[in-house]
Amino acid sequence: MEYDQLRKLEKNAHIPSGCGISGIVNRKGNLFSGEKIITSICLMTERGNGLGAGYAGYGIYPEFKESWCFHIMYDDIRVKETVEAFLENRFDIVNEEPIPVKNVKTLKYIPLLHRYFVDIKNGRKEDLYSQQEYILSTVMNINKNFDGACVFSSGKNMGIFKGVGNPEEIGEFYKIYDYKGYIWTAHNRFPTNTVGWWGGAHPFGILDWSVVHNGEISSYGINRRYLENAGYYCTLFTDTEVITYLFDLLNRKHKLDFEVIGDILAAPFWDSIDIEQDMENKDFWKTLRIIYSSALVNGPFAIIVANSNTIIGLNDRLKLRPLVSAEKGDFVYLASEESAIRCICRNPERVWMPDAGEPVIVNVKRDRKGKDG
Amino acid sequence: MAKAKNIAEFIIERDEKKCIKCQACVRVCSNDVHNYDEETEEILSDNIKCVGCHFCEDICPTGALTIRRNLSETKENAHWTRDYIYKVVKQASTGGILLTGMGNDRPYKNYFEHIVLNAAQVTNPSIDPLREPMELKTFIGRKPDRIIYDKTRGKYILKERVTNLLELELPVMFSAMSFGSISLNACKSLAKAASASGVYWNTGEGGLHKDLYPYADRAIVQIASGRFGVNVEYLEKAAAVEIKIGQGAKPGIGGHLPGEKVSEEISLTRMIPEGSDAISPAPHHDIYSIEDLRQLIFAIKEATSYRKPVGVKIAAVHNVAPIASGIVRAGADFITIDGIRGGTGAAPVAIRDNVGIPIEIAVAVVDQRLREEGIRNQASIIAAGGFRTSADIVKAIALGADAVYIGTAALIALGCHVCQKCYTGKCNWGIATQDPYLTRRLNPEIGAKRLSNLLRAWALEIKEMLGGMGINAIESLRGNREQLRAVGLNEVELNLLGIKHAGEAW
Repeated sequence: MEYDQLRKLEKNAHIPSGCGISGIVNRKGNLFSGEKIITSICLMTERGNGLGAGYAGYGIYPEFKESWCFHIMYDDIRVKETVEAFLENRFDIVNEEPIPVKNVKTLKYIPLLHRYFVDIKNGRKEDLYSQQEYILSTVMNINKNFDGACVFSSGKNMGIFKGVGNPEEIGEFYKIYDYKGYIWTAHNRFPTNTVGWWGGAHPFGILDWSVVHNGEISSYGINRRYLENAGYYCTLFTDTEVITYLFDLLNRKHKLDFEVIGDILAAPFWDSIDIEQDMENKDFWKTLRIIYSSALVNGPFAIIVANSNTIIGLNDRLKLRPLVSAEKGDFVYLASEESAIRCICRNPERVWMPDAGEPVIVNVKRDRKGKDG
Repeated sequence: MAKAKNIAEFIIERDEKKCIKCQACVRVCSNDVHNYDEETEEILSDNIKCVGCHFCEDICPTGALTIRRNLSETKENAHWTRDYIYKVVKQASTGGILLTGMGNDRPYKNYFEHIVLNAAQVTNPSIDPLREPMELKTFIGRKPDRIIYDKTRGKYILKERVTNLLELELPVMFSAMSFGSISLNACKSLAKAASASGVYWNTGEGGLHKDLYPYADRAIVQIASGRFGVNVEYLEKAAAVEIKIGQGAKPGIGGHLPGEKVSEEISLTRMIPEGSDAISPAPHHDIYSIEDLRQLIFAIKEATSYRKPVGVKIAAVHNVAPIASGIVRAGADFITIDGIRGGTGAAPVAIRDNVGIPIEIAVAVVDQRLREEGIRNQASIIAAGGFRTSADIVKAIALGADAVYIGTAALIALGCHVCQKCYTGKCNWGIATQDPYLTRRLNPEIGAKRLSNLLRAWALEIKEMLGGMGINAIESLRGNREQLRAVGLNEVELNLLGIKHAGEAW
């Protein structure tokens, strides 16, 4: 298929994928090179088919850490100019440049890749929530209305890098090993269709959220309509989008703890609620299921979600996809397979399989400077 | 002019070799079809009186009777079919409105039969309901947008509780059928089965008979335009209150119970004189607008101290989506939509067969409208009107219904053969009659068991279908139109239903 056809297909449909995922965090917020995450994700070759890979790193842009950073991919120079005019109207551009890449001969369909560090005009006066809403609407606007442009990263001091290729190629292409971060996540994709559009790869992100996801969401139809009710429009890149928006809605807007979000996305079964002895817990879970019934994510999934302060691993409530975690010192690891952890941390202090629906939540306590590791 | 004669709809075939002249058929038929001639010692059957209820056929100890449709045809004519010719004949003889019972029997497009379901393959495992939990629990009523809690010492404590919800073990309830339109034994069967199965039954506009008080905590009581049987006790005993504006079988007109059926028990329950016609006005005479409806909703909420959900039932008509939105904004906690195939005990044929829209489309547009307005969580949608199988229910829920009401299916479980003669009060199955000779044929214990069996069977089937889709909780199906595909619908229909055509991927 030609690229145009492929892209049209992908924009009009979400494509089921099997996948490998991996995440590493340093609890103290110390920075470490992206090399480790490349090693980890590349070990799980069997989990991808060379049609999509990506990385997310936090703490990678210390020199512009106060500015919002957009990573945008363009089909051609014409749409780039239109979007840039739009951005200049809305923001003070602090810095902009092509995303530095290395020539990797095996990669195809490479779009124009550009990054912008921007401040909201007079934005310093506004509170964080209003700023986030402004960024969110900007990203939704570009992705929905500017054909041939896709904002694939839009947080502060973090960035998502992704494309169509295997994790080695994509890691090499973006020179992920040149960045240093305190949280890294990565994805290796096994889409069921031929794909060509780079926007369809993971991680998926909005604001400083990033999500890598292995699974297929059977409740996609209702999750999407629930989010539309709340003002989020899925542009149908991938069903991972739904999980990202659910986290944004439930955490940033409804101010729910991640543990509670875990109980919404992978709700406890009525059988276990019925036998709960503590009436307050029982009431809480029951109410949670009543109010957030449309946010229950059904079907098999393992996800690693991150924002600037936290990394969360979560399985569906039957645990139909693999997820392993381990820790050593200040480092916590999450991955589809134990081998993907052991290849970068030979002797972890603890290795465990998170239970179905039980989130692994790791908060980062950064001292102001953050040391290089 | 020759007197026009009615034509027999059915022909009774009696196998004389099998008939033992026991006269069971003679004794049981409320329509006096069978007569024993003592002189000739023969049983003669008058085809013209037969309504096709099949009671004699079922009760005949030797299987000597077979009821067949009369195939006598008028001259072939696509426009003037036999039905239409004989309707004119009847009305020319009587000068009256033609009455009927049960739901619309016209061949309008049935959208359920143009919708197919999904199943998981490879990329998503299907789930086996025999081995894994499969949840059908459903809550009806107003739900807040978000949860509000305090976190103290690692524990989450609710700051605002959610109250006034009906909790259903499966998303199926028994539709409004009044004591009057059906017998007390039929009401008891429904009430017992609802209590045993963890669902709810609906009193209709017939009031709540004292014998049904033990099942009142599973009763949704109706307030219709006639206000029959409405008193404080009625409201206090109920689980929920439903204001009936209209019903699918007869949108725009009120209920009608002829005085002949108003026995002592019905008179006491409805609070009307014995033998008087119980005729509900077409509109509620205190509701001429949406703001009037709001007043009644809140009057009922005040009367019940805001402890019970209050819903509104309407017939599915052209403007159903904006009307539903108005009803939700007027404060209703649930909205019942009754489609064009909704049943009744008595309705004019002309109304039943021609007024209203299909429930499939009504549910889809109402759900979509409420979501667009961001008020979908404020009220539950209960769909009614013609649900025949568990698959119909699964499709309605995927289109956006929270639960469905079944009426005709429940009566069929009790013996009904859908002969559409409920309005005559001569139901041989003891369902749509008040004649004690007939009503004692329906044993409420057995009736309740059969209804519970039906609910159980459907629950098992719904679980199988959910599991096939890779879904293990009904809420992940609700409004999940991605699980539906159309076969043979045009673009307008697809848009209204909000579904894709078969062959289109995600």
